[in-house]
Amino acid sequence: MSAVTSSVEQPIAATASAQPLVQARDLAKVFDVSPPWLNRVIERKPRLMLHAVDGVSFEIDKGKTLALVGESGCGKSTVARMLVGLYQPTRGSMVFDGHDAHAAFRASEGKAGTPAALVRRRIQMIFQDPYASLNPRWVVEEIIAEPLHEHGLIADRNARRERVAQLLASVGLSAQDMVKYPHQFSGGQRQRISIARALATQPDFLVCDEPTSALDVSVQAQVLNIMKDLQRRQGLTYLFISHNLAVVRHVSDAVGVMYLGRLVELADKQTLFASPRHPYTRMLLDAIPKMHDTGRARTPVQGEVPNPLNPPTGCTFHPRCPHANARCKAERPAMLAIGGIKVACHAVEEGRI
Amino acid sequence: MSLLEVKNLVVEFPGRRGTLRALDDVSFSIAPGEILGVVGESGAGKSLTGAAIIGLLEPPGRIASGQIVLEGERIDQLGNDAMRRIRGRRIGAIFQDPLTSLNPLYSVGRQLTETIQTHLPVTAAEARKRAIGLLEDTGIQAAAQRIDHYPHQFSGGMRQRVVIALALAAEPKLIVADEPTTALDVSIQAQIISLLKSICHKRGAAVMLITHDMGVIAETCDRVAVMYAGRVAELGPVHEVINHPAHPYSAGLMAAIPDITQDRLVLNQIDGSMPRLNAIPQGCAFNPRCPKVFDRCKVERPDLLDAGATEAACWLHAGAGR
Repeated sequence: MSAVTSSVEQPIAATASAQPLVQARDLAKVFDVSPPWLNRVIERKPRLMLHAVDGVSFEIDKGKTLALVGESGCGKSTVARMLVGLYQPTRGSMVFDGHDAHAAFRASEGKAGTPAALVRRRIQMIFQDPYASLNPRWVVEEIIAEPLHEHGLIADRNARRERVAQLLASVGLSAQDMVKYPHQFSGGQRQRISIARALATQPDFLVCDEPTSALDVSVQAQVLNIMKDLQRRQGLTYLFISHNLAVVRHVSDAVGVMYLGRLVELADKQTLFASPRHPYTRMLLDAIPKMHDTGRARTPVQGEVPNPLNPPTGCTFHPRCPHANARCKAERPAMLAIGGIKVACHAVEEGRI
Repeated sequence: MSLLEVKNLVVEFPGRRGTLRALDDVSFSIAPGEILGVVGESGAGKSLTGAAIIGLLEPPGRIASGQIVLEGERIDQLGNDAMRRIRGRRIGAIFQDPLTSLNPLYSVGRQLTETIQTHLPVTAAEARKRAIGLLEDTGIQAAAQRIDHYPHQFSGGMRQRVVIALALAAEPKLIVADEPTTALDVSIQAQIISLLKSICHKRGAAVMLITHDMGVIAETCDRVAVMYAGRVAELGPVHEVINHPAHPYSAGLMAAIPDITQDRLVLNQIDGSMPRLNAIPQGCAFNPRCPKVFDRCKVERPDLLDAGATEAACWLHAGAGR
């Protein structure tokens, strides 16, 4: 074991139960979206850097769900991709159960069975579109068995088949579905197949990127119920990404609201929905059409999400914020712990709202 | 008199393995100035209903029987040319994706003036003035400059405003809006919905709003039609259908939607999924998934029956009224 652990920066220690399972520390991702070199030289165009995620920190306790919400382009999916190692963060790190996850991702490249690969095995992802995330030319058995194969978990064919049957049963499908192709299933059933695949390696942490956005409401209810049920039974930890606040309220324990690559508010679910502090959170909550008070006139917030290539100075929300003053335009607010929650807003800090 | 009446509309798709009936006996009406919501899950036939009304059914789809009556005139049998004169002039359309409903090669001004001049007898200068007025009405700032911009220079929400301006250009009496806010973020969605509501109210246009989002329906519509497997399952005033649904499908649907204002441990789920068109069950199409199914549901198909405040196609209401 000692020979292998040397490739991991931090030693594998026994899990301290008090420690959160997942800790994101100042995660940032910058994409280079510059025009090609020749254009830059001839047309004197500058380099362009897109700060997709800019200093996001949060913690998730074992068995809990953190939801990240925000509008398109706020960087929530980029955070998800960094957490599973699909992107290398430009800055910051993620600590998973005491290990530096990105060091482990790098170290385990192509090496199944090492302790570093164990970290990779314990983090899995569920994608948004169940039509795009399943290989149409594979049968369900191959799809679900792939992670088992990839991580070298079950070598015996029959045992593997048994495990696939088990996984299918855990998401409410039958073992007979193993021989079918993805196109023979409806959208909701496909999403359950993706969940079964994600569960194949017995992960502790699932990153779910808009898992129900492509589904109809009655099917969405089926998938959300299965996800909650699995969490209860297997103690899973979720990062749940969604733009639908009603869904977020249903599944999460804590909620982080993102705007233009930054977290603006982080609070437990009850507090956030009962008394949102950040003006953007308030606006989001107010913008949602409510089912049970019909005919209510909303006052929609003006303006749109600014271009992330050229974000506003200071607090990036200030051009749309009804409480903005000179300080908001000049100084970027830091995440501060105020009254049990974390919020990045000068107006809240100063007690103006 | 109602502005639009759809009577027993049947839309079929003939195919090699038999004819698929995608809309089966759909009837409803829209009064002048009214906003009728049409909800349902994917494949329920809501968009197809809209397409049939604006005469944009994609072949081989065709209206097999039934009538569509606009202001007392049957429009379901009109030829392409006559229909083209109605589209835009008397029925405006707004589709889901504003990027695909605008031509990327023409400035928005050119698209607007073209529509105005096609339908109304005005000069080019007047058409341009009207176009600027329309853009202003839909909340586009500095409309006089922006009119010469191309669709890619507008953001998603702004593009949808342009599409609304385009649909309203010839002052139609009826707007068919098919998922107008689905591609937009919530904050923009709120802006577009309130714009659609106020501008239609101001101009007295009726709207058929097709969406799968019950929240949007609740906030916008006067009445709502819930569709399931090509049929209208329930039709009634929006707050009645949402708060006291009479059809088990509408009831299941309402309970399946997570509510932002309350916590629920488990969401109600309707097991199974909507049947495919080639495998619609006998009797009531919802019977295999229905928690209140009884013998009659499996053999006999219910039509819309009086269910108190709403009408529901469900045998549970056979005793009440008719």
